[in-house]
Parts: sequence; structure tokens; C-alpha cells
Amino acid sequence: MAVNTDKNSYTIIFAVAMVLVVGSLLAFTASSLRPNIDENKRMEKQQNILYAMGVNENEGTGDIAFIGTDKVAEQFSKYITKQLVIENGVAKEDDKAYLIDIKKEQAKGKNGGTRRLPLFVGEKDGKTFYIAPIRGKGLWDAIWGYVALDKDMVVQGTFFDHAGETPGLGANIKQRYFMDDFYGERLLTEAGVFKGISVAKGNNDPKNEIKDDYEVDALAGATITGDGVSAMIKKDLKLYLPYFKTLK
Amino acid sequence: MGLLSKKDAKLITDPLADNNPITIQVLGICSALAITAELKASLVMGIAVLFVLSVGNVVISLMRNIIPSKIRIIVQLIVVAALVIVVDQVLKAFAYELSKTLSVFVGLIITNCIIMGRFEAFALANGPWKSFLDGIGNALGYAVILIIVGFFRELLGSGTLFGIPVLGDPIEKTGVYAIGYENNGFMLMPPMALIVVGLIIWVQRSRNKALIED
Repeated sequence: MAVNTDKNSYTIIFAVAMVLVVGSLLAFTASSLRPNIDENKRMEKQQNILYAMGVNENEGTGDIAFIGTDKVAEQFSKYITKQLVIENGVAKEDDKAYLIDIKKEQAKGKNGGTRRLPLFVGEKDGKTFYIAPIRGKGLWDAIWGYVALDKDMVVQGTFFDHAGETPGLGANIKQRYFMDDFYGERLLTEAGVFKGISVAKGNNDPKNEIKDDYEVDALAGATITGDGVSAMIKKDLKLYLPYFKTLK
Repeated sequence: MGLLSKKDAKLITDPLADNNPITIQVLGICSALAITAELKASLVMGIAVLFVLSVGNVVISLMRNIIPSKIRIIVQLIVVAALVIVVDQVLKAFAYELSKTLSVFVGLIITNCIIMGRFEAFALANGPWKSFLDGIGNALGYAVILIIVGFFRELLGSGTLFGIPVLGDPIEKTGVYAIGYENNGFMLMPPMALIVVGLIIWVQRSRNKALIED
């Protein structure tokens, strides 16, 4: 069977056939796996939110460990007492608030629309946590996270994740030692003005014992990712300031 | 080697040393720089490339007689991209944790020149079984270099291996840090990967003079 593979007509037919076969293969995989993938993403969000408020399976000083996927839904409804959506300064309860797409809301805000701000209220050991999602840009791709605050906007826990930061460098924002540094840092000055937290190089406090310097120690070789973290904390959490003022 | 003939066995052993994809063929340098700051990432990338290259080589080899030569590069690109995306989707659905670890590598695998290089240089001209072995061999040769580079960069750059501190605590000043040793942050920068690869090339060529080109 000698096919003349150099002929133009053959080349075109081959290209069309290849596109059809590969295209339908990809479309079929994507649509048949969609429900599973969505379910996984939903559970991941719940795990992330719970992680930020300290509901996790961390042991010692090792890696981050989420609540298992088998019990995350149950734990989520146990610890998260209220899910709020803040729109134009008005907070409404909405038990689907955790599914709000922050990327879309940010785009809406940029185009002059009103952004819906999800906020999760959690209770653990008699303490109240206010957990807010944040999202920004790293070096290569998106970075995002959840920050748990108390009513004075002092950080009680964080979770950061990224889509494609460099392994060993920027990707280390997902390491516990980086996230744990934020614990106890303040977002507001004494006078109640929003200041944010900077991921700072050379802040001479590598053990992060000073909690009122509005700085955490940066990661080596990850300047742009670190700046991205500072920026998303400053930008996104500031939007919640009016709500936190009403808590006083 | 009872299982493989001498010629077949050479397909696997050659790329490990004297025809190494990174140090001799100079393919796949970009990913060798990008992800070797950590040993774990190097290992994961090695395994991922092993899978994609061996399967991709077989697919291309099976199609070698029907691929029009004018568009063969695009066809190769489509095969590898489709393969990687399907695997990524399946992992996202059934092994979500694993897929999160691998997500960074997806783009790097598709654009890895070793894969295109082996499709073009080997799979287009050889049968499926030979191509499969060639894929395994080259991916292993790639992984070996990645692991060597990752080992030195993580050890000297962060003082850890697989994320576990092996030299003591740099902040508490224990272990070797107690006598004044410091981590070399330079090792974490991509250019240092190139220098480590250069040192490997130097060692390799000084041991085997036949590899030195004029």
C-alpha cells in the first residue's frame, strides 16, 4: 500500500482528519470528566477555606495537610457558620458564596461594575474567624489564597496556592513555613488605617517574631511571586475594611 | 540481557551516558533549568517525561508511514499535546492531588525539545518496539541529569533533600550551620543549573575523549 504522502490533497485530508479525531477525543474526555473535576474543585475550595481557619490535619512542622475529602463537606458545614456576600456595603447570607469566581468578580470591578465580596464566618474553639478569598498575579500565572482574620483584622491563618510558579522558588508560597509566618500579623495601623502586609526582603526578622512590622520574611529567589502576594493582600483585603468597621 | 537483544539494550543504555539527551544532544535544557531547584520536582518531571516520551514515540512510530512529511512537525506537536492534555484531565478527575503537583509541568512537557527531537530523529524512522525502548532510554537519560542537578541545587541552595533538612537548621544555627556554613542562594537561580550541567558535560567528556568534537 504505497500512499503518496507528498501530495497536497493527501496533506489536507490528513490534516482535517487529524483535527477531527484529536478534537473529538479531547472534547469527549473534557465533557465526560467535567462533573468529577468540578466536584474535586468544589471540595478543594472547602478544604482551602477550612485550612486557613486552622481546621486541617497538619502534624508537627511537615507539609500542609487538608481535611480528607471524605469528611470535608461535613466539617465545612460544622465550622463555617455563615457565608456572606458583601455587595455595595450590604452583607447578605448566601450558602453558595464559596463558589463565587473571584477572577470574574475582579474583572467586574475593573470594568466599573460592583464586585460581590464573599466572606466566610467560622467558629472554632469559641473563636470567630472571618475568612476572605484573595487573588492576584505571580511570576508566571495566577496566585490566590484565603486569609482568616479576627474582627480587628489580625491574621489568624492563611492559605496560598498558585497555578504555575517555579518549583523550589515561587511555588514555596504553598509551603507551611511561609503561610505560618503570617499568623498574628496586623493589617490595620493603631489608628485603624489599612496598611496590609508586605513580603519583604531583608527585614532582619527571619524567625518572624516581630508581629507589628507589617512584614513577613520573603522567599529566596521568588521576589516577583512575593510581591504578588503582598499586592493581592493589599488590594483584595482592603475591600473588606468597611465591613470590618461595622463589626466594632 | 536475556529479555532484549544487544541492539535493543543499547537503545536504553546509550542515552544514559554516551548519547545523553541533555549533555550530548543538548535537548531539553529549558526544563532542566526551570524545575531543578528541588529534587522532588526533578523526579516528578523525569517520570512524567518517561511516560509521555515512550507512549508518544510508539504513537508516532505507528503513524510514521501515513504522516505527510510537509506537516510532520505539527502532527507531532498535536500528538504530544493531546496526550498530555488527556492525561492531565484524567488525573484532575481521579487523582486531584497528584494533578495539582503536576500542573506546572504540563506546559513544560509539551514544549520539551527532547520529545519533539526523539519523534523526529527516531520514531519517524523506526518500528514501535524500538521507538518505545528509545523513548524509555532517552527519558531515563534526561531524568538522570535532572536528578543530579536537582540534588546539588537543593542540597547547596536550601540545605535540604526532598524537602527534608539534611544540613541542620540555618536559622537556629545547628548542624553545619553552627560552624559558619551558609546556604548558597545562588544555587536556586536558573543560571546555576546551566553551570551544573556544564560541569557534568566537562566530567563526561574528560572521561570519554571520543565525545569531544573538533
